[in-house]
Parts: sequence; structure tokens; C-alpha cells
Amino acid sequence: MQHMVKAIVLAAIVLAAAIATNFARDLAYQVHAIIIILVAGYLFIREIGKIGDKPLPVETGYMDGVIRAGVIATVFWGLTGFTVGVWIAFQLAFPSLNLTEWTGPYLNFGRLRPLHTSAVIFAFGGNALIATSFYVVQRTSAARLFGGNLAWFVFWGYQLFIVLAATGYLLGGTQSKEYAEPEWYVDIWLTIVWVAYLVVFAGTIYKRKEPHIYVANWFYLAFILTIAMLHIINNLSVPVSIFGSKSVSMFAGVQDAMVQWWYGHNAVGFFLTAGFLGMMYYFVPKQANRPVYSYKLSIVHFWALIFLYIWAGPHHLFYTALPDWAQTLGMVMSVVLWMPSWGGMINGLMTLSGAWDKLRTDPVLRIMVVSIAFYGMSTFEGPMMAIKAVNSLSHYTDWTIGHVHSGALGWNGMITFGAIYFLVPRLWSRERLYSLKLVNTHFWLATIGIVIYASSMWVSGIMEGLMWREVDAQGFLVNAFADTVAAKFPLMIIRGIGGLFYLTGGIVMAYNVWKTITGAGAAKPKQATNAIPAE
Amino acid sequence: MGILDKHGAIERSATLLMVLSLLVVSIGGLVQIVPLFYLENTIEDVEGMRPYTPLELAGRDVYVREGCYVCHSQMIRPLRDEVERYGPYSLAAESQYDRPFQWGSKRTGPDLARVGGRYSDQWQVDHLIDPRSVVPVSIMPSYAFLATTPLDIEFIEDRIRADQMAGVPYSQEMYDNARADLLAQLDPYSDGYDGLQERYPGAIARNFDGQEALTEMDALVAYLQMLGTLVDFSTFEPDESR
Repeated sequence: MQHMVKAIVLAAIVLAAAIATNFARDLAYQVHAIIIILVAGYLFIREIGKIGDKPLPVETGYMDGVIRAGVIATVFWGLTGFTVGVWIAFQLAFPSLNLTEWTGPYLNFGRLRPLHTSAVIFAFGGNALIATSFYVVQRTSAARLFGGNLAWFVFWGYQLFIVLAATGYLLGGTQSKEYAEPEWYVDIWLTIVWVAYLVVFAGTIYKRKEPHIYVANWFYLAFILTIAMLHIINNLSVPVSIFGSKSVSMFAGVQDAMVQWWYGHNAVGFFLTAGFLGMMYYFVPKQANRPVYSYKLSIVHFWALIFLYIWAGPHHLFYTALPDWAQTLGMVMSVVLWMPSWGGMINGLMTLSGAWDKLRTDPVLRIMVVSIAFYGMSTFEGPMMAIKAVNSLSHYTDWTIGHVHSGALGWNGMITFGAIYFLVPRLWSRERLYSLKLVNTHFWLATIGIVIYASSMWVSGIMEGLMWREVDAQGFLVNAFADTVAAKFPLMIIRGIGGLFYLTGGIVMAYNVWKTITGAGAAKPKQATNAIPAE
Repeated sequence: MGILDKHGAIERSATLLMVLSLLVVSIGGLVQIVPLFYLENTIEDVEGMRPYTPLELAGRDVYVREGCYVCHSQMIRPLRDEVERYGPYSLAAESQYDRPFQWGSKRTGPDLARVGGRYSDQWQVDHLIDPRSVVPVSIMPSYAFLATTPLDIEFIEDRIRADQMAGVPYSQEMYDNARADLLAQLDPYSDGYDGLQERYPGAIARNFDGQEALTEMDALVAYLQMLGTLVDFSTFEPDESR
């Protein structure tokens, strides 16, 4: 009966998507409708085949299948996002790489750049967050994921969101709000998936057998809730037609800018910080085999962090037409934000007290520690750049790009790599990773890559900032804009090489993970579903 | 630290944890965003602003679709070099009909807030087709396909209607004449020219891409050529306490 209902719903979706394909007003929308037909059609056939089947026995123990899928997706999207990043980095040195003569508009920088940012933030980072949060919440609650196959819906629904977003950018479907580029129907779909995610995650916490909610889960929960709030409000818009991808923002001009950067900065603050701090609070203590350094510091820095981050948006809008009072508020709160950020860094690093010697022998722990170090560095750099005087130089330049990447590659990337190396042997019941030596290789490739990347962007950004404002003795501007573009050429190449290092590290990781999963050098499998809480 | 000992109550209740988190993360946004909608001096009182003509709006949609905002800002800051290089600093009033705003966050290329009228149409077309033909060190991609892609105006009324619903002050008359105004802007000697000027004072009308056909290049160049040209700065007085 249940299969019958599902099949009917899916058939209706196929029909609706077919109608949408027929009446589509633009290419992005039409291709998306076809993707929906294929996905819903496949699921329809699968459900038809299941009609009359006996219900499957209820599974117990931890639900790890969806986490295994999430880890593979994380590695896959990571490599995709890094590759696109390296490609567009070299486009900025060699514009012929835009390939417009052969491919028309589809691989232009303007379309690939959102693909890169979304692939690394939402596809790589998002899959890492969903997979690790499902792992952590089960272990720390001593409970199976709530909602049965709803977790699989979250996983596949999220992959569909990624595919729709990515193809949309290439085909010209974008609302041009940074990190929120997908058009209205993709936003609606993500909202549905996200609510399901909240239900699975919070539902698991509600049925926990541990009296206390572990600190990692506070961060995951705050991340899920806040992203829902930001996503819904920033994407409020009026579609031009239900048969087209174009929509018009509910906000205009200065209000739209404020809402966008309230969203944009907290995509950093909650997606890339709070969620990843959740990872740190579980995987670092586990890998170091030490308890979290300070319980009280966790409490103070959690509440301070989530309260303060939300205020920092206006530092993206200094000296713009945003009213001064909002700019000043944003600057003060951004500087204060330094404190809870370093509270988290200290809590993570000091967890190694008494276990520092492990850094010599455990490359996975080394990756995690370096990620926390980069977290500390970029959360110092951020408040500094949020001082108006500094920002007047750094804004609009490559310095910002360098800052973002020291956070994204250093903190988010490295902590994710650490979590993947922790998870893979456990999820596939292997005694250990295929090769610790390769982990070490990955560590050095990634670290050197980040250093090359960040330093070339510092030089490039500060140079162009100074060149733009340089005046001669008579008070005339010294440099034309084009002069700064020419001066940056060698630095664009160095930056691309830094990215290439990082990408190569990612490929080494993928090889190591693949060899571990396929069982090369594996010992006998062990029981993976022992319900021992982490605390 | 007595107060921290009470934190156990929050750690034992998922509901309490979620409600308090949501409250704490709501405050900043409420304080920073809500006043922008009712404080009267948020958007300056200036002469000359009008909604985009249908052709300019179509060009703006091309600008958004191609991700021009990724490399070009439209926000001149009140700093000496920027005012010198780009012109008077940008006002909030100038983007009041921009949905979404296009202030940008990065200048891989120069700011475009006042690019209107700086270069000839022919320069813009040449530059978009082959940027390096006019700026040898440019790293901008080629947009040659715009000159061969016909502009889709089948749904231009719906486009105006959506802006209207979101809050842009397009009148019913503007909606009814959307198609006529779009076509009139390509030819200053056409019958529709007077109507266009009545509804959108000062709109520049000409064949922007120099070709017979109506292309996306026409629309984009029409948009670029009006950027930052609307406000009459002789009538503008800055508000000290904004």
C-alpha cells in the first residue's frame, strides 16, 4: 500500500515535470525539469517493483550506510570543487581558458565561480557536515538515527540540490546573491531537505539514552537552525513565472545588501564555523584520546559565538551606501567576535594537553591540529580586516580571497580530511587506514599549498590596494586600473600552483580512502555497532 | 561560577537548547536589518531616479545571468582615489530599484557604478566581443555570443509584473507599454519614442549594438550606458547624521 501511494505521487511528479519541460521559458529551467523527470521516473519504477514485497525487518544498531555514502560524496565533491577552483584560478591568469570560442558562455569565469564556491562550501562542506553530524549524534546519544529512511532522503535530496544548483549556474540560472545563487525552486527544494535534516538530527537527540546533550551537538543544532533561518529570509523572492527560473528579490538596494551579507557572513559563521566546530568537538578528543579541555569554556564560547556572529554582516559593506550606524555596529561586533573564536581554538588545541607527543606519530591528529591553528589564524585576520581603516585597503582586493581560503582550505578542509581519515576505517570495519604515509604526504601537500595560496594573495591584494590609491605629488592617480591587472599576473600563477598542491593532496586522500575501502591491507572486520557514548 | 552550573538544565533539554539558540541568533539580524526598512534617512532624497526601462531591465538580467557582479562592483566608496577614478560616491538611492542589488564584493575588473556614458557604444561592443582588442592586458572573458543571441522579449510584461509585485513603482501604463517601450528605445525616430520619454525621462534611445537584429548585446550595452547617470548631483545634499 505504501509503495502504491509513493508510486502515484512519483508519477504525478513526472507528469508535472513533463509539463514544465514543455512550457519552460529558459534553458536552465528546462534542463532541471528533465533532471526531475529522470530522477522521479527512476524512483517510480523502483517503487512499482516493490509493490507486494513484504516489509523489511526493522534494523537496529547505528545507521551507518548513509554516513558511508556521505563520506564518499564528500571526497567526490571535494575533488570536483578543488578542480574547478584550480581551473578558474588559471582563468584569471590566462583568459583563453574561458574557452568561449568553443563552449560559448558555459565555462566563463562568471558562471564557474559560483560553481566553485557552491561545490566546496555546500557540496564538499555540506556533505561532510551531514555525514559527520549523523555519525556524532548517534554515538553521543547512544541512539539510532530518528526517522528510518528519512536520513537517506536527506542524503539524496541534498545531492539533487547540488546537481540542480551546479547545472543552473552553468546554464545561466542564478539570482546573483553570493553563496545563495540558486533560483527559487531550488531554494524551495533545499528548504524541504533541510527541514528533514533537522527532523532526523533533533529527533535522534530527543530519543537519546544519554542524559546530557554532548557539546558537539549544540553546535550542529545551532548550525542547522540558523542556516534554515538565513536561507529562507535571504531567498524571499517573486518568481517571474512558474515556468521559468528567473525571480525578483523581495528586498532592494541597501536593504537587500544588508540581508544578503547577514546571510553571507553567517554562511561562514554557521555553515563553515559552528558546524565544523561540532566536528572538532567530537573528532579531536577521539583522535587524541583526551577529554575536551574545558567544559566551562565550551559553554561560554558556544553562546558568545552564536550570539556575536550574526552581527558581523556589515563588515562586508564598509564605506558603502549602508548607513553609518549599521557599519559601526558591524565593525565593533566583528572585532569582539575574535574572543569567542579563539575560545574555541584554545579549547580545541588544549584538548591535546598531555598528548602532544602523539603529533610525532599520528599524521591524522597532525592534520586536525593544523586545521585548528588555521582556524585561529583566520579568525584573527578576519576581525583585523573588519576594522574600517584596514578594510578600506583590503576590500575588493585579493586579500579577501586569501583570507577566505586560509579559512576554507586550512580550517574547513583540514578538519574534514581529519574526520574522513578517522571515519573510513571505522565505517568500513577496517583495522586501520591503507597508508599513514600517504596521510602524511597529503598533510604536507595541503599545508604547503595553503601557504603558497595565502601568501600570494596577501602580496597581490595589498599591492593592488596600494596601487589603486597611489597619487603623485600633483595629486593625480598614478595607476590605471589595467596596470594593477598586469602587475598581478605572476601572483595569479603562483596562486594557481598553490591550489594545484592542495588538489593533488586531495587526490592522494581519495586514493588512500579507496584503497582502505576496497580492503587492500585490511585485517579482519570488527563489530562496528558497539553503542558506547563518547563522553 | 554559579551561573554556569545551571547550564545543565539546557544540556538536558533539546527543546530548551533549540529555543534559546534560535532566540540568541535572531537578535543581531533584528537590530541591524529591521530599522533599515523604516528609518527615513536610509535612502537619500534625490532627483532623477526612475525604474529601469524594459530594455535596460533585460540588459540587467543578462548582467546578472553572466555573473558580471563576480568581478565588477557597483559601489563607489567615499574615498579620495575612488571618487577620483570613478566619480561621485554611490548613494543608497541609486540602487533602490535594484532587485537584487549588484554592489559586488570584488574588483577583479574596475567598478561599473558610473560607467554609463564613459565609453562609446562601439567601444563597449568591441570590448565585450574581444576585451583584449581594446585593453591588451585585460583578463575578461569574451562575450561575443551576446551579439549573435537574439533578445527574448516574449515575456517582458511578466518580468515587469514581477518587479511591480516586489515593490518597484512601475505603473499600469508602463506595464501595458513594456514591449512598445523596449522596441522604441532602439530607434530615436520611432513613433514610440515620445511615450518612452514620458514614462522614463532621459532614457537614451539608439541602436546600441549597431546591428539590425535585436540582440542581448543591445540590452546589455543599454544597461551599461545608463549606469550611474540618473541622479542629478547638483540637487543632492549629503545628510551628516546618516
